[in-house]
Amino acid sequence: MWNELQVMMLAAAGPANLTEWWAKYGGMLLEGIRGTIYMTVVSTALGYLFGLPLGVILTVTDKNGLRPNALIYKILDVIANILRSVPFLILLIMLIPFTRALVGKSYGTTAVIVPLTIAAIPFIGRMVESSLKEVDAGVIEAARSMGAGTLQIVWKVLLVEGRISLIVNATIAMGTILGYSAMAGAVGGGGLGDIAVRYGYNRYQTDIMLVTVVLLVILFQIFQTIGMFIAKKLDRRRQGNAE
Amino acid sequence: MSEISVEHLSKTFTTKDGAVEALKDVNIHIDSGNIFGIIGMSGAGKSTLVRCMNYLEVPSEGQVKIDGRPLSGLSEKELRQQRQDIGMIFQHFNLLMQKSVLDNVCFPLSIQGKKRADARKRAEELLEIVDLKEKKTAYPAQLSGGQKQRVAIARALASDPKILLCDEATSALDPQTTSSILKLLKEINAKFGITIVIITHQMSVVREICDHVAILKDGAVVEQGLVSDIFSHPKTAVAKELIRKDAGNDVELKAVPPQKEIHGKDVIRIVFSENSSFEPVISNLVLTFHEPVNILKADTKNVGGTAKGEMVLQFMKNSRNQQAMRQYLLDRGLAVEEAPEYVE
Repeated sequence: MWNELQVMMLAAAGPANLTEWWAKYGGMLLEGIRGTIYMTVVSTALGYLFGLPLGVILTVTDKNGLRPNALIYKILDVIANILRSVPFLILLIMLIPFTRALVGKSYGTTAVIVPLTIAAIPFIGRMVESSLKEVDAGVIEAARSMGAGTLQIVWKVLLVEGRISLIVNATIAMGTILGYSAMAGAVGGGGLGDIAVRYGYNRYQTDIMLVTVVLLVILFQIFQTIGMFIAKKLDRRRQGNAE
Repeated sequence: MSEISVEHLSKTFTTKDGAVEALKDVNIHIDSGNIFGIIGMSGAGKSTLVRCMNYLEVPSEGQVKIDGRPLSGLSEKELRQQRQDIGMIFQHFNLLMQKSVLDNVCFPLSIQGKKRADARKRAEELLEIVDLKEKKTAYPAQLSGGQKQRVAIARALASDPKILLCDEATSALDPQTTSSILKLLKEINAKFGITIVIITHQMSVVREICDHVAILKDGAVVEQGLVSDIFSHPKTAVAKELIRKDAGNDVELKAVPPQKEIHGKDVIRIVFSENSSFEPVISNLVLTFHEPVNILKADTKNVGGTAKGEMVLQFMKNSRNQQAMRQYLLDRGLAVEEAPEYVE
């Protein structure tokens, strides 16, 4: 399946050949990039829309949390664990009827956002939980001593003091979702993964597969760099002469 | 401005290894405007006790009353309201690391839903009081320990509390910074009349700032009263131990290493009271009897407005005038007691 000849041909191709190659596949690859970014960004955003509250509730209801509630914690904990233990590819297939009911079809970039988001929610919830649990218990106690209520502590302490860890984890989550989105190509998901499967796997066009892999790596790096840049920029803990 | 009454307070924690009694039938009354010290070794239950005073820790038995009003009778909302009248500072400052100094001081006001502009104005006034106005845009990571505690104090004062609880507030600071923080607390107490409760394991802190003190051991109050009384006549072994340890840590301690030729067995502690500490007693003693004494420890201080202190003296091995010298000290209004714990 690995056609070395094609790789060498691509590498050795002259400018004329490259222009021709780009004319043939360029549009498709650009569309693939767009699709991948669309799926990743929207799924991450929707994942946080549900995952952030999930993580907050897990943190607050934990036995050492602000409002310990063993029942709520256990229920969410079990659901999160079950969803996380189903391999994504299987979840993707299992969710086809649900996806069809929700968006009308089970293929294409928009449809894939459904299983991507569902896979992302428990994962993000856990990430948020771990970020918020890192927040110094002393600061929370100080807020309580000032008469802050649970919601105020969540908004004004946990999410503020935990924000760097939240952003770093969001970057990791986005990278994972980017990987999942490529996997979704296997069931007609669209984006770069879809192109890699259709051309690289089904048609043995290794050149296109290689290009999509390179593009995925570049996208991952871009997300990662932006995330880390924001995290570093916003962190107030290591500026100037700390003791 | 507020008095605190702790009545028959007990707190039991249930851990994996069974129940742990952190506090046992504690009774303390703190008068309005007082600076009250609660001292004990680590694990004595001090932190639990101070957390019961704002119900961060709910007592298992007994009552905490603020101005006669029991905290146990308050609803959650009323309790949060009450806490706004009780400021608190901590050993590790517990500042918001992601917020500027100014925003940290605004924080309690923001919890109370005060307007941002008003909160900022108030915060700037407070930063002026704690002498950190020029640091308002800095972040806690850029400040020294002492500066962080000043920010924490400004933050605790933001909501105009009537009580300030200090949980080991100077334990993470060096002696000089400790002194300046204690001075600031004293000023605040004098200026605003805020009742201050100081939790510490350092007797020097109690001596420097408190009017009254309660000594806690294994969750129970073993001794309490005026600081000056406890310093001059400690009754319990814990009190004596704390006072002795304090001397070891004191920055102003002037200990002379014992010299061989006057190394004797007879060691006495003399305690200075109001009328005696300004007279050069020891010099006069030595001049009168023409016999040296070894000063093992000398420590006099301004305690609660009156000069207090103690000295530990060792007589010469073959002292001929020991009895007369003791009498001489007694005649000068000093309390003289044996201090065998100082003999190596």
